[in-house]
Amino acid sequence: MSRDTALVSADWAEQNLDTPGLVFVEVDEDTTAYDGGHIPGAIKIDWKKDLQDPVRRDFVNQEQFGALLSERGISNDDTVILYGGNNNWFAAYAYWYFKLYGHEQVRLLDGGRKKWELDARPYTKDVPVRAGTTYTAKAPDLSIRAFRDEVVEAIGVKNLVDVRSPDEFAGRLLAPAHLPQEQSQRGGHIPTAISVPWSKAANEDGTFKSDDELAKIYGEAGLDGSKDTIAYCRIGERSSHSWFVLQELLGHENVKNYDGSWTEYGSLIGVPIALGDEPGKA
Amino acid sequence: MTSPNVAAGCAAPDQSAPMPASVDIHRETVLTGIVQTAEGEAVGGAYVRLLDSTGEFTAEVVSSPEGVFRFFAAPGSWTLRALSRSGNGEVVVDATVGVNEVGLSVSPA
Repeated sequence: MSRDTALVSADWAEQNLDTPGLVFVEVDEDTTAYDGGHIPGAIKIDWKKDLQDPVRRDFVNQEQFGALLSERGISNDDTVILYGGNNNWFAAYAYWYFKLYGHEQVRLLDGGRKKWELDARPYTKDVPVRAGTTYTAKAPDLSIRAFRDEVVEAIGVKNLVDVRSPDEFAGRLLAPAHLPQEQSQRGGHIPTAISVPWSKAANEDGTFKSDDELAKIYGEAGLDGSKDTIAYCRIGERSSHSWFVLQELLGHENVKNYDGSWTEYGSLIGVPIALGDEPGKA
Repeated sequence: MTSPNVAAGCAAPDQSAPMPASVDIHRETVLTGIVQTAEGEAVGGAYVRLLDSTGEFTAEVVSSPEGVFRFFAAPGSWTLRALSRSGNGEVVVDATVGVNEVGLSVSPA
């Protein structure tokens, strides 16, 4: 993968709003942003209502994903352009998810809503009507999804990349600072994880830094390119952003996103936790 | 009782909403205020980011139509930085437990 096949610019997007075979999809947790104005022609996907199983703590399965995309009018051969707020966190999560279920052509809009708004590009409140399709999702590609047991086994063995803010890594904050800090799980990080906040990969306007800058950031942080990598954050959306950087922009192989992330790990009985700013020992 | 919207995800809560009943302001370190132009006009839709004492990004919210933003942090030194079509601005805050009111003005570069 590379930048050319994974990312589109705001300029390119604005010139291709009406191009057949492209579907713009806004993905957010709080979809009131979409309702207040969105890129013309874009449909919305609600990170929680549409992508999470309503009962079990997991995301929707292959059949549910196929049913969702059929209902929203997305075909298997459409090129899906994803964007959203929160510096594209949830759009990146959805990108990972489209890849997990085998969608061929999917791109992220560089900078998401923030870049679009700061550039004063057009929004509309018109909601497009798309005819239903028969979308067939593929079996989940588990080479990009990590589960808790392999995360514990990866301590001291694989690259573990904690992409939360330094204060969350150290255990001084339990959640991103736009959320209340009272949480059930313990603070800290997975021992031997390196701290590379997702934000290091992004410019202030939400666009991704250049490949050279990105490679330098991970190199200086101590990522060993010869090892497999697991990225995590708190609920798996910021780490989707970093997974996207490592696998889709920089072309690393064997990168997994641990979507259980700290909300799961920090609640497990008996697993090791490291506190403070250093990775800690296995 | 924590509202599911706050507990489960990472999207910013509605910034113009009153403080959720679940939030214990005697334990939380809240940084809140209004983004304004030099002329005192509220700036809605500004991207407000919270940077830690080393300048590292910690969180970001979008100001409400009334210009209001809010963070839940920890005691210590923080920088608040706003990006908007009306310009950018930043301010350094020494926060303590409780509600810290912060003025944040933006001006064209």
